[in-house]
Amino acid sequence: MTALVGNQINVKSLRQQERKEKLVMMGLTIPYLLVVILLIVIPIGWLFGTSFVGPDGSFTFKHYIRLVESKAYYRIFVTTFEISVFTTLICILIGYPLTYFISQLPRRAANLCMIAVLIPFWTSLLVRTYAWLVLLQRKGLLNNFGIESGLFSEPLPLMHNQTGTLIGMVHIMLPFLILPLYANMRAIDADYLKAASSMGANQLRAFWTIFFPLSVPGLLAGSLIVFVICLGFYVTPAVLGGGKVIMVSMKIQSNIELFFSWGAASALGVVLLALTIIILYIASKFVSLDQMSSRG
Amino acid sequence: MGFFNRIVSETQIRLGQRLWLYIVAILILIFLVAPSFIVVPMSFSGSQYLEFPPTNWSTRWYLHYFNSSEWMAATWTSVKVAVMTIFVATPIGTMAAYGMLNSSTKITRLLFVVMISPIMIPLILVAIGVFYFYVKVKMVNSILGLVLAHSLIAMPLVLIIVMSALNNYDMNQEKVARSLGATRLQAFFQITLPQIRFSIISSALIAFLTSFDEVIIALFISGGPNSTITRSMFLSLRDQIDPTIASISTILIVISSGLLIAAQTFGKRKDSD
Repeated sequence: MTALVGNQINVKSLRQQERKEKLVMMGLTIPYLLVVILLIVIPIGWLFGTSFVGPDGSFTFKHYIRLVESKAYYRIFVTTFEISVFTTLICILIGYPLTYFISQLPRRAANLCMIAVLIPFWTSLLVRTYAWLVLLQRKGLLNNFGIESGLFSEPLPLMHNQTGTLIGMVHIMLPFLILPLYANMRAIDADYLKAASSMGANQLRAFWTIFFPLSVPGLLAGSLIVFVICLGFYVTPAVLGGGKVIMVSMKIQSNIELFFSWGAASALGVVLLALTIIILYIASKFVSLDQMSSRG
Repeated sequence: MGFFNRIVSETQIRLGQRLWLYIVAILILIFLVAPSFIVVPMSFSGSQYLEFPPTNWSTRWYLHYFNSSEWMAATWTSVKVAVMTIFVATPIGTMAAYGMLNSSTKITRLLFVVMISPIMIPLILVAIGVFYFYVKVKMVNSILGLVLAHSLIAMPLVLIIVMSALNNYDMNQEKVARSLGATRLQAFFQITLPQIRFSIISSALIAFLTSFDEVIIALFISGGPNSTITRSMFLSLRDQIDPTIASISTILIVISSGLLIAAQTFGKRKDSD
């Protein structure tokens, strides 16, 4: 009897100790959380608040109403969507065949190709943007090549417009599409395709009825990630657009640095954030969040 | 044409039938890598103008870079900030990763989302948020401010790398050490840390690179004598193009590929060996 009671006390104190230890372990995340609270939670909360405050300090929807009514803001939203949609579509169009090709190669050759995908991924954004500036300018490599080979007689305006922005953006976004798609395609069992062809499906049919549907989750995840990064992108459109392509992020920047208009900037920011969260939430249904880290 | 009749897939597709895919894929691969490589010959051009391929060669842009006190100051700021970011982001991120994995309660899932939010939210919003906060606490244009902001976006990467290393590590080893009388701290430093050290080194290198490459936050919160090199590069690219950028770009490519190869080798080394 006494032994049993002693045992119970022991269990109880051990439980307490375990709980205490878990608390200590949670405590290890405090410095991290402190930085996030100071530099993310408080500022974003404040931005949210500011977006509802007028110049006289009263509560107002005026910043949001202006987003809807003003022609200039309408134009910016349209541009941002156009660039993001086109970039995503072009990425799908050229990223899918490339990833399919790599996924069908033997391991070693595939790894080599993946290095080619990762090189731009890890080259500084500014360096790549600069390279495109060199390639796309009036007397750049592409225009010279086109004129010398007789493809066109006048240099094409490839830069300081939407075309240049799109080319640069596609180059930067492509790896974000390829990486999740490649992981998905690698995991598709080749036996399914063999089974399909042994039962008489030709290659096209085997691809469209077996392979493609199985690769859709990776494709969807990659596309959503690309789209969401495009929405908030700043550096490349600012340089390659030459001031003619104005996206939401650039308007936020100029509202603050040139016009000191925090109200307008924060309303834009809140809209951008809301869109980002919605799209990331959808994407998180297909891919784990830590695979979606974005840069730029 | 025996060559084109070679079978290239497990479902008996012949090379000839797939040729179009090979050509398309190679063209796209060139599109991906060419811009990173074009910068290197550009940097040795002798011309004032952006021409490719260069008509004459020289190292004048490198000389210009190394002799310019502004570029040197900006480089020094970037290196300082990036090194300090390693020492803030790596310990904080590692601690958090360890804490998260040892306290698997229901809120850790939510905590994880909060913790990686700095790299999920558009950087422009992080930048204006941090800028707002620094205006209030008078930390704009300060080194400390840059280090904290860069740590903010480097910590999630450290967290992800170290968490995945700890996931592959058998935490029972610590229990063994503790049952033999080690304290938790001793168990961590003597048993766990040596086994995940390569992942931690690799995450530190990535923290360095994250800070060193960061543009948008620096655009808002750095300036004057504490401008970072990326900030100066961005302004130069946007406003007037200085060929010095090509030489700096080449140096950046060398640094980042060196660090990545290092990070990869450290990351690949089986941590449990």
